[in-house]
Amino acid sequence: MDQKIAVQIDDLTVAYNYKPVLWDIDLSVPEGVLMAIVGPNGAGKSTLIKAILGIIKPIAGSVSIYGKPYSKQRKLVAYVPQKGSVDWDFPTTALDVVMMGTYGSLGWIKRPGQKEKKTALESMEKVGMLAFKNRQISQLSGGQQQRVFLARALAQDASIYFMDEPFQGVDATTEIAIINILKELRKAGKTVVVVHHDLQTVPEYFDWVTFLNVKKIATGPVKEIFNDDNLTKTYGINYKVAVNK
Amino acid sequence: MSNPQIEIQIIAAIVAMACAIPGVFLVLRKMALISDAISHAILPGIVIGFFVTQDLNSPLLILLAALTGVITVFLVEFIQKTGLVKEDTAIGLVFPVLFSIGVILISKNANDVHLDVDAVLLGELAFAPFDRLMVSGADWGPKSLWIMGGILLITISLMVLFFKELKVSTFDAGLSSALGISPVVMHYGLMSVSSITVVGAFDAVGAILVVALMIAPAATAYLLTEDLKKMIGLSLLFGVVSAISGYWVAHFLDASISGSIATTLGVIFLFVYLFAPKKGLIAVLYRQKQQRIEVSLITFLLHLNRHEEESERHINHLQEHINWHVVRARTVLDLAEKNNLVEIKNDIVFLTHKGLTFTEKSLEYIISNKDEKIEPMKEDFFLFRG
Amino acid sequence: MNIQEYFELLWTDYTLRTITLGTAVLGAICGMLGSFAVLRKESLLGDAISHAALPGIALAFLITGAKDSGVLLLGALVSGLVGTFWIRGITSKTHLKSDTALGLILSIFFGFGMLLLTFIQKQPNANQAGLDKYLFGQAATLVESDVQLMIIVTGISLFVMLLFWKEFKILLFDADYTKTLGFNTKFIDVLITFLIVLAIVLGLQTVGVVLMSAILLAPAAAARQWTNSLGTMVLLAAFFGAFSGVFGTAISASQKNLSTGPVIVLVAGVFVLFSFVFSPKRGLLFREIRFRKNRTDLKLMKTLQFMYGIAQEHENISHPHAIRILNNFQGFTKGSLKKLENEGWIALEGQQWAMTPEGFKQAQEMYNQKAGNE
Repeated sequence: MDQKIAVQIDDLTVAYNYKPVLWDIDLSVPEGVLMAIVGPNGAGKSTLIKAILGIIKPIAGSVSIYGKPYSKQRKLVAYVPQKGSVDWDFPTTALDVVMMGTYGSLGWIKRPGQKEKKTALESMEKVGMLAFKNRQISQLSGGQQQRVFLARALAQDASIYFMDEPFQGVDATTEIAIINILKELRKAGKTVVVVHHDLQTVPEYFDWVTFLNVKKIATGPVKEIFNDDNLTKTYGINYKVAVNK
Repeated sequence: MSNPQIEIQIIAAIVAMACAIPGVFLVLRKMALISDAISHAILPGIVIGFFVTQDLNSPLLILLAALTGVITVFLVEFIQKTGLVKEDTAIGLVFPVLFSIGVILISKNANDVHLDVDAVLLGELAFAPFDRLMVSGADWGPKSLWIMGGILLITISLMVLFFKELKVSTFDAGLSSALGISPVVMHYGLMSVSSITVVGAFDAVGAILVVALMIAPAATAYLLTEDLKKMIGLSLLFGVVSAISGYWVAHFLDASISGSIATTLGVIFLFVYLFAPKKGLIAVLYRQKQQRIEVSLITFLLHLNRHEEESERHINHLQEHINWHVVRARTVLDLAEKNNLVEIKNDIVFLTHKGLTFTEKSLEYIISNKDEKIEPMKEDFFLFRG
Repeated sequence: MNIQEYFELLWTDYTLRTITLGTAVLGAICGMLGSFAVLRKESLLGDAISHAALPGIALAFLITGAKDSGVLLLGALVSGLVGTFWIRGITSKTHLKSDTALGLILSIFFGFGMLLLTFIQKQPNANQAGLDKYLFGQAATLVESDVQLMIIVTGISLFVMLLFWKEFKILLFDADYTKTLGFNTKFIDVLITFLIVLAIVLGLQTVGVVLMSAILLAPAAAARQWTNSLGTMVLLAAFFGAFSGVFGTAISASQKNLSTGPVIVLVAGVFVLFSFVFSPKRGLLFREIRFRKNRTDLKLMKTLQFMYGIAQEHENISHPHAIRILNNFQGFTKGSLKKLENEGWIALEGQQWAMTPEGFKQAQEMYNQKAGNE
């Protein structure tokens, strides 16, 4: 394949005590794909993203982003954590949260200025949240909060985006808005990796998919590998899903 | 040993036992800090009760003060429900305010109330034998002995009567409601018993050391066992041992008895924290290290099993493929070789027959992700370590 | 001396000025750093730290024999930090939960401190007078050098806080995300913890071990109710803290036998109570008012809907109807009809009502909205 590899994972193993969470994962994500990671609860989907981003330390294995370790390529990577991972009653505004996306490129101590504010406002506009920029984050709906998180990642202006269940607990409008943005990112040549729950929408939203259940089951283009066989291997006996191709 | 000395030790031991029992349930219900809140917040109740009864050992005063304790719990829960602040902040706000009111009440009425703020914090165990229960001229022993003995008796009988209910509602609140045991009743029952115990004990050992007597024995016992009955037994034992040895430490240092009891509790906890056979710090660190090596070993064998190509199996490249430091790669390789799981030919690593069998077992475990599968393997690990 | 005299004396009396400045600075730094503790859900850590500092004070005295508060506070700092990291050790390496760890360290360290203090008191030649003040605090014992120390430490904390403001804020909000951006989260975390411990230790002489945590929490908890910006919250908390300090000192100095600590706590407690009830956005009072208003609005709308149903059946929507026919609909009163008239949605005449075109439009919109939602 002459396609460039955006994320390369070799022999990645994460375990908690004896409990295997991820075992010996080899995975390469080609540049420019919109990839879903699917698997049952406890399959290690979020853990995989966290291990790639260095939040969790693996027991063995390596991750490289465009051929170099993550610590050297941070600025190429953006992250959307699970919405439930933070305290939304924190005293801050939507714009403030989005501005945090620029903190990485600012580095230590330096304060965000006009340039960063402009970036943040542009990202908010892309997700349709400009009108809510001064809103306290607890007064946003679940979908709006998710969009703020997405805008924060957009403000990082990265090449690769990792998103942990961005569709969880959002309304239909937000879901459409988010998927449109993801598709735009792909059009712009970015790579997007999404932990996804809703198997029904995989063929519609994504062009690449990874089946994960502690071990990697399969990875590749949705058209080729998103079938009952792989679903059964991932989810257990005779798993079938009505896939409308 | 003089008579008062023996009496002090008996009182201390009884207080320790009376505190240890509710303490176990508070620790298991993750409500240990409620004891801290109650022990401070009952102060205004005690002062007001004292205005009314003029007797620190009056049962009425104990009931009034215990009521303040239960009100504190109500208040904390009310503030938590408003959602204005986080849960722990609610506790942190309520008890200092109530305690402050108590302190100010005492200092403003210093002439009428023979309560001393130091005594509130520390208790007056040394003086306990001098306040005696006189019934028609006959000396029935120290009052506090009777009070704490009574509280201990009530606590034990309640525990024995409601042991099943307490156990179920502590470990599985959902199941307990399904069985028709009201969690609210159990909760406030426990809170009431804790409040009464704190009030009774507070006179002897002081507000803050009540907390030590409630939490420390239970926490120490919890590091040694998860069986509820054993945990209660151990807590009682730790409580009594520290009460008596604490008394003697204080005796030789000529210092506060309650401070010394708390210190002894701390020393016992520290010892158990470090050396407990399964949950102790040293055991945990050792086990984590072992597990890391063993999981590394499995990872290593799986890697060999999966990769046919020689470059992935070359002894000099292994560490860079699997991204380990040289030392760790060496340790794991040595361990594998020593146990005949692998053999090395021309610097290329191969799985032996034994290695292959073991790898297949590991695979089965990983794919099924079931704990039963790891158990027989642990025995294998045990052999490898030898 | 009454409070008025106190404030008059403040301008002339040097000692009084020193003490007041001390409690004000202390309240400010505690409010500031307490905001972080509250937002980190570590409210009760402050309580544990302040108790854990007591043996440090006693040990520092035993070792050096010094009464100099700088040395004693250093001891307090060390033992407070030991307590803090032991708590973390317990929660991370054993299955004991944080509440147990906090209560355990708090009570055991305090007990050990009391053992040492009572031991010191019995020493024949020890000049022990003054260690007692660390229990409840005596602002009156503050001297100029103490206040200078407070100002220096506060200045440094303020500087560090402003320097790392961005880092503190993002760590408090989303620690994992902060890590992915390349910040050393452990360093930021230790820095915040260290500053909090420092503030607590600094306040021990004035407020005392037992009540110190309240000075940390109360101003922050009150400030949180008035604002939705972290910066404003920290500022407000500093202000509330300083005010509680000054006012508490004033009250306790103007009365006999009143320790400073409890009074400052009560003043801060009043701030909290006031904020909980009267804060316009979050306060309980306005929440209740909004709740009731919503309920009345809802009732009005229901009445209007009911009328719409009746009016629809007539060609002329403004055809008058008897109020009587509303009787089998429960949600209306004279007052609510009056309100509907005031809105211009209906017209009342005697025992009859008629819908206005505006009212009809309003009800229609609501109806469509409801249909759209479903």
